[in-house]
Amino acid sequence: MRPALRRIWGMMYRHLALYRRSWPRLLELAYWPTLQMCIWGFTASFFAARTGNPGAVLAGGLLGAVLLWEVALRSQMGVAISFLEEIWSRNLGHVFVSPLRPWELVAALVGMSVLRMTAGVLPAVLLAWALYAFNLFALGPVLILFAVNLMVMGWSVSLGVVSLILRHGAGAEALAWSVLFGLTPFSAVFYPVAVLPAWLQPVALVLPSAHVFEGMRAAIATGAIDWNHLAWAAGLNLLWLAGAALLFAWQFRVARTRGALLSIGE
Amino acid sequence: MQAIAVTGLTKRYDATLAVDAIDFAVPSGATVGLLGGNGAGKTTTIAMLLGLLIPTAGRITVLGHDMAHDRFAALARMNFSSPYVALPHRLSVEENLRVYGHLYDVKQVGRRIAELAAQLDLGELLARPAGQLSAGQKTRVALAKSLINRPDVLLLDEPTASLDPDTGDLVRGWLERYRAESGCTILLASHNMAEVERLCGHVLMMKQGRIVDRGSPAELLARYGQDNLEEVFLDIARDRARAP
Repeated sequence: MRPALRRIWGMMYRHLALYRRSWPRLLELAYWPTLQMCIWGFTASFFAARTGNPGAVLAGGLLGAVLLWEVALRSQMGVAISFLEEIWSRNLGHVFVSPLRPWELVAALVGMSVLRMTAGVLPAVLLAWALYAFNLFALGPVLILFAVNLMVMGWSVSLGVVSLILRHGAGAEALAWSVLFGLTPFSAVFYPVAVLPAWLQPVALVLPSAHVFEGMRAAIATGAIDWNHLAWAAGLNLLWLAGAALLFAWQFRVARTRGALLSIGE
Repeated sequence: MQAIAVTGLTKRYDATLAVDAIDFAVPSGATVGLLGGNGAGKTTTIAMLLGLLIPTAGRITVLGHDMAHDRFAALARMNFSSPYVALPHRLSVEENLRVYGHLYDVKQVGRRIAELAAQLDLGELLARPAGQLSAGQKTRVALAKSLINRPDVLLLDEPTASLDPDTGDLVRGWLERYRAESGCTILLASHNMAEVERLCGHVLMMKQGRIVDRGSPAELLARYGQDNLEEVFLDIARDRARAP
């Protein structure tokens, strides 16, 4: 194995070993996505029963939105909480005196994010199929494009959160759980962008997630893929990821200047 | 050849000058002690040597690599141990060592862990979570971690702090043997003067961010007219006059 890949695997092994020893951590991964899916599933079933076919489309849109938004949330938390694990164990000093490059740490955190998201969201997807006969995979291959775009957005936001933790220490920890929830109203997760006031719509349209959910609703309602929205989501994600990477690189250097890598978490 | 070369190394935090334009070199294979009271600048100096902290001014080269531009090449051949930097508590000792084996790209990491376990008497600890170990056991595990990559340069920050005399003696003995067998260069920050006298061929005395004296333990004892390094340390820390 090439040294860089081995270092990335070393950091992932560190987190996987942690999960192997802690069933509450494993349970926590799937708990919230499953709970969300159950609540919205029953709500969607209620609408569908009352309103017939239009309600069924609405129900499908709601369940798809819940599950796909969890992809973004779990991806963002997967990076940020794995980084926080290093701070809580006061291990950063050892990690950053090893030959591990900062980008390799980020790659390991992203790898853990993919695993955490899969372990968290897949049970909810399967339960949605079992309880409500909602098959997310019926969206077809485009589902992968939706999911990848939401994951990348989650990583961008989490790199911003990690940068703030490097800058402000434990005081910024709460952002690891809350920051993406703050973007929910503007992401058009459960309603079209057109529902927002006109002055808020530009805010929504700079979020990759808003384009993903507009595309998802179109796919569920018409079966057609709106490539325009997908292209916007991908382009915005590139900009967000580049911005987040620059912010992380800058704050990492600031942390090395201030000595925060040794004292963070104390 | 110098394993570590430091020139004009300075670290300033706003109005505080933590390290003030120090110069020193550590020859390959030597063990050098870094002595000084709390706040003298020892830990800051070590953090800069490890690349954890960016100096305000000055230059560091380790094993011929400029730490400002090429630190990863040097870090692969260095390691570090400090009782003040923890290993993940919920991972077992073996898992912790395996993580660092991967980070340092150690070949046959399982065999290396077995070697270290035999040498540092860690066999019975390998399956235990690191957080459940005593202070002495944690120190031995931290030492094993610092030796996982057979480093050419080892930086130790108070390696025997909080150890009982017996365990401290074992660790010192092990460090002596490792250095003799491997030719490793060791920079040791310590408050334990007997330890420094035993292990170090050369001592740097730091005070208020500056190196205020240096020499072999014997030279320092002679220069200050004292019987042990502890009295030399007190002479420097309390600004007592030097013996003629």
